[in-house]
Amino acid sequence: MGALSIRNVRKSYGGVEVLKGIDLDIEDGEFMILVGSSGCGKSTLLALIAGLDSLDAGEIRIGNRVVNDLPPKDRDIAMVFQAYSLYPSMTVRQNISFGMEMRNVPKDDRAKTIDRVAQILRIGPLLDRRPSQLSGGQRQRVAMGRAIARDPALFLFDEPLSNLDAKLRIEMRTEIKRLHQRLGTTIVYVTHDQIEAMTLGDRIAVMQAGAIQQIGTPQEIYDRPANLFVAGFMGSPPMNFLHAPVVALGCGFGVALELKGHKITLPAVNGHGELKDWVGKEVVLGIRPEQITQKVDSLLGASYIRTLTLPVEVVEPTGPDTLVHVSIDAIGLTCRVHPSFTKPPGEGIELMFDLSKAVLFDPKTEARIG
Amino acid sequence: MIDGVGIRALGALKPARIAIYLLLGVACLYFLLPLFVMIITSVKPLDEIRAGNLISLPRTITFDAWHKAWASACTGVRCEGLHGYFWNSVSFVVPAVVISTLIGAINGYVLTMWRFKGADVLFMLLMFGCFIPFQAVLLPMARTLGALGLANSIAGLVFVHVVYGLAFTTLFFRNYYVTLPDAVIKAAKVDGAGFSAIFRRIVLPLSGPIIVVTVIWQFTQIWNDFLFGVVFSSGERQPITAALNNLVNTSTGVKEYNVDMAAAIIAALPTLFVYVVAGRYFLRGLTSGAVKG
Repeated sequence: MGALSIRNVRKSYGGVEVLKGIDLDIEDGEFMILVGSSGCGKSTLLALIAGLDSLDAGEIRIGNRVVNDLPPKDRDIAMVFQAYSLYPSMTVRQNISFGMEMRNVPKDDRAKTIDRVAQILRIGPLLDRRPSQLSGGQRQRVAMGRAIARDPALFLFDEPLSNLDAKLRIEMRTEIKRLHQRLGTTIVYVTHDQIEAMTLGDRIAVMQAGAIQQIGTPQEIYDRPANLFVAGFMGSPPMNFLHAPVVALGCGFGVALELKGHKITLPAVNGHGELKDWVGKEVVLGIRPEQITQKVDSLLGASYIRTLTLPVEVVEPTGPDTLVHVSIDAIGLTCRVHPSFTKPPGEGIELMFDLSKAVLFDPKTEARIG
Repeated sequence: MIDGVGIRALGALKPARIAIYLLLGVACLYFLLPLFVMIITSVKPLDEIRAGNLISLPRTITFDAWHKAWASACTGVRCEGLHGYFWNSVSFVVPAVVISTLIGAINGYVLTMWRFKGADVLFMLLMFGCFIPFQAVLLPMARTLGALGLANSIAGLVFVHVVYGLAFTTLFFRNYYVTLPDAVIKAAKVDGAGFSAIFRRIVLPLSGPIIVVTVIWQFTQIWNDFLFGVVFSSGERQPITAALNNLVNTSTGVKEYNVDMAAAIIAALPTLFVYVVAGRYFLRGLTSGAVKG
């Protein structure tokens, strides 16, 4: 039995279709991320799940019940909002208690729940303060406390970390994941931040233009993106894309590129024979920055390895790695190189292309090949 | 170098500063002079007023005029002072202010947080109410009051002022509530709060500044109203503004300026009182759009 099941859900605002038939099944206890850039419909979908807005078509089930026409309070959900949305005139204790009062929970039980929640989130000393007296991180904890006190079948998080500064965001991210492991409650979590999506989710649904582009585990999404959008959206710095025709090589296939008038080829391991039909046609080769590195001697003989020496254009140290920008045939490439192997701009750098994880896309449909 | 700039800036500012304070002082004097004249005149004996200068300080201070204005001055044929009319005013101003403020708050709440089809059109139509002159509604209102059986009654005056004030109170609350974060209301809905619980527990506790603004506005408007008071009430049911007019216009030969002045101050005291008590909230409320809880 799934915790949440969404069938062909559609929603339009003033003639603009914001959700174009969403299907999504979430297992009990799963941490599901809805990720996409702003305007992709992810927050709308969350509002529909919460019951804060009505859907035009389709069906939403929470547990075994169809909740299409139920008000938010009867859906057995709790929600954490982007701006925390604590009740400004109430103390932390009253904030947490409010929902229980509305559900007529007896006073003793309310006090017990507040104690339990305060202990889980370590907000005991803050209970009698008002939201305006709390820091951003503390407000975020209280907002989560309010949700936990509900003990719902489903948690909904709407970009809960986007108001926090970078350091606190990473701290709270870990805390949310720890909380999920402890409580085991199903979570639907909306974010525009692909790193949050990768780090938190059991599974990720990548959305764009009102449709789900791909659903999968973080690693699946990262390694085998369903299309060019997903490939470009997930990962930072983003995947490199090279438009090139497919050629048959001795024992397999590759893509042909031109470098200063010389023809070069990169092996394409992805296709299991399917690439036969693509010979002579153009494809998009996607290769992540960490797959273009300094030479690693132990790998050099492999069929999926190719080395090229290219002039360095820009160097960006990040600490653990240095990002080196080069180009092939006027197409910019970002490479992730160990700091000790970088060269200053203008000099040539010998780079190793590891194509074992490269992916190919159809330039017309933008879908992955193979 | 930096110090030099600072000193020069200060030097340039100084004459400007003085000019500003001078101007403010003159303005202050200009606005306070009438009040000053009223107060000193009200405590002078009548012969001193006739003999002396308008702004000369009183030689002997007497509160006889105040006493007479409150308890025994003639307003037409009745000679019982203003006190009865003062309480008349209180008796309809207080309920009218409370009811119009409360309904305005509910209207504003519905128009911002429970939006329905046509809410904007309704709000626009309601705003027309702010621009309808008092005179235009006199006849229809008289018919309405007659039909409701409220003619010449305190309840009738309350009704008139509530209806007339709703456009303003709704505007105030609506414009204040649009600045409240929408997500707080959503959170309350998810928490299971309904229409009235959200209003009472979440929205009203955040409404302090705008309630103060509305109460001051409504209190001043209704207390100072003369036209509705004269038209929709008569005799001993009239509000203090109508009685003040009668008092000043009733003469028994001698014009008692000190009694007139005392009566005028008595009539103005409640609004002054409301301003002084709530004034600092008033200013805060007017700029409340920028303030976040």
